[in-house]
Amino acid sequence: MSDGTTTVGRSATRRSARSGWVAWAYLAPALIIYGAFLLFPLGRAAQYSLFEWDGLGESTFVGLDNYVEILFDERLRVAFWHALVLVFFYAVLPLVIGLVLAALLTRSQVRGLGFFRSVIFLPQVIAMVVVAVTWRQIYAPDGPLNGFLRLIGLDSLTRPWLGDYTFTLPAVGLIGTWVCTGLVTVLLMAGMSRVPRELYEAARLDGSGPVREFFAITLPTVRGEITVALTLTIVAALKTFDLVYVTTSGGPGTSTTVPSYEIYRRAFQLGDVGVATAVGIVLTIIVFAINGVVNMIGDRK
Amino acid sequence: MKVSPIERGANYLVLIGFALVVLGPIGVIVTMAFGPKDASAGREGGAFHPENFPEAWEIGRFGQYMLTSVVVATIVVVVSVLCSILAGYALGTMRFRGATLVFYVFLLGIMVPTEAFIVPLYFDLRVLGLTNTVWGVALPQIAMSIAFGTYWMRTYFRSSSTALIEAARLDGANSMRILWQVLVPIGRPAILTLVLLVFMWTWNEFLIPLVMSPNGAVRTAPLGLAFFQGQYTQGTALLAAGAVMVALPVVLLYVFLQRHFIKGMIEGAVRE
Repeated sequence: MSDGTTTVGRSATRRSARSGWVAWAYLAPALIIYGAFLLFPLGRAAQYSLFEWDGLGESTFVGLDNYVEILFDERLRVAFWHALVLVFFYAVLPLVIGLVLAALLTRSQVRGLGFFRSVIFLPQVIAMVVVAVTWRQIYAPDGPLNGFLRLIGLDSLTRPWLGDYTFTLPAVGLIGTWVCTGLVTVLLMAGMSRVPRELYEAARLDGSGPVREFFAITLPTVRGEITVALTLTIVAALKTFDLVYVTTSGGPGTSTTVPSYEIYRRAFQLGDVGVATAVGIVLTIIVFAINGVVNMIGDRK
Repeated sequence: MKVSPIERGANYLVLIGFALVVLGPIGVIVTMAFGPKDASAGREGGAFHPENFPEAWEIGRFGQYMLTSVVVATIVVVVSVLCSILAGYALGTMRFRGATLVFYVFLLGIMVPTEAFIVPLYFDLRVLGLTNTVWGVALPQIAMSIAFGTYWMRTYFRSSSTALIEAARLDGANSMRILWQVLVPIGRPAILTLVLLVFMWTWNEFLIPLVMSPNGAVRTAPLGLAFFQGQYTQGTALLAAGAVMVALPVVLLYVFLQRHFIKGMIEGAVRE
């Protein structure tokens, strides 16, 4: 081996070593802030969750008792159940509506699609608190919804939508549907526009109708988009806080309480920090697990 | 593709119907905001009441809350975008040991629910005396935005031309100069998208300012609105006016720069 190659090799090593140092310098500010204000407190949450602490006095180590309480506390159990119900309204319903809507719009060239896209995406950029205040007015006993029902003669259906043990959770859930459907539809439309038109024309020559077309061509192409849409909306459902805080505060009774709201309530109103952080850890694990499962199913094939 | 006129007509109906479902609630709140404050105002002043806005601004102290929001959002946007550009540059253009691990660590932060780390963070920052300060409200949001921002900027830097970087390096430019004089100017659209998204998330954030400022010293606009709803219970016109004002800054940005918002939220969501 000649001297030349050795030199080249050495200088290459030196450069990569230097560039390694430089890279860490560039990463440092981001890593420090991110580590100190997100990663570290996340670790602390795991630690807190093993203690009983009221936020002020002494803390006592209780092992996994706080996690056991999640299983046996009625209020926490229903909170997780409600999160699941919200998944239906935030993720499943928007997906179904979005698929139909996007398929219809992609099939025929309708004018004004760009404008429509901007309109249905709008709820995504409005502060959730504003959305919640708005819908609280709409659902009010003398609000527009009941007014409309009276107008068309359906007086028997009118009710205080946010003060009813049966209907409040679906009423809150539908606000989530209103917010999420646009995002899901826009995502799916982007995916469907990738399908080459010839494919549809070929299918049509073969005599397949719109329904077969949808299941044979459209659905398989947007698999990736469906995965992304489900991940986003399911996580949004599980993290619901502002909406419940502003519309119902978890009530009436416990009928609309959700894990995030319970975390806030336990930590800052009841002084039960240990259980609150345990719920946070469980919620994090659920979010990651769902992400994993959805992506695994989406990647198959 | 050719479809029958009937199908096309039906599609327009679906389109219009759906747009109305989305716009309906927005129309309701805007109408309420301009509506009469109470029955007597309705009798005397007719149906159009723009004076609700200055009145809500005054009574609801929205001036103060909006100012707080602007300060917090500015800090979060500036610090997190700067950090994200630097970190994304390292992860997108440099090869070093641990790069993949660091990338996954940042990805983790995109998914972690705020409510999981905010409780211990509150108690730790309380010890440090940072609660009820602008920094206590801003820093957790900077950390969250850095997670997404680094991911976003890394994607941009990876797609940027290696030939360009090589050429600049041969010209004797060091890595700082390549970043600020070559890559950042070309990457303005990607950076603008990031700035808009971070601004929107910060402006709309609720849980972090709620937790981090229990005494209300650093109350941002959405919190002010929720507080106003609890305090002010006579009539709905002023509340509606407040809601419109809180939503307006982001909605206005969206109207003018919607491509950035949609692109950012769609592409930012697509996984690796």
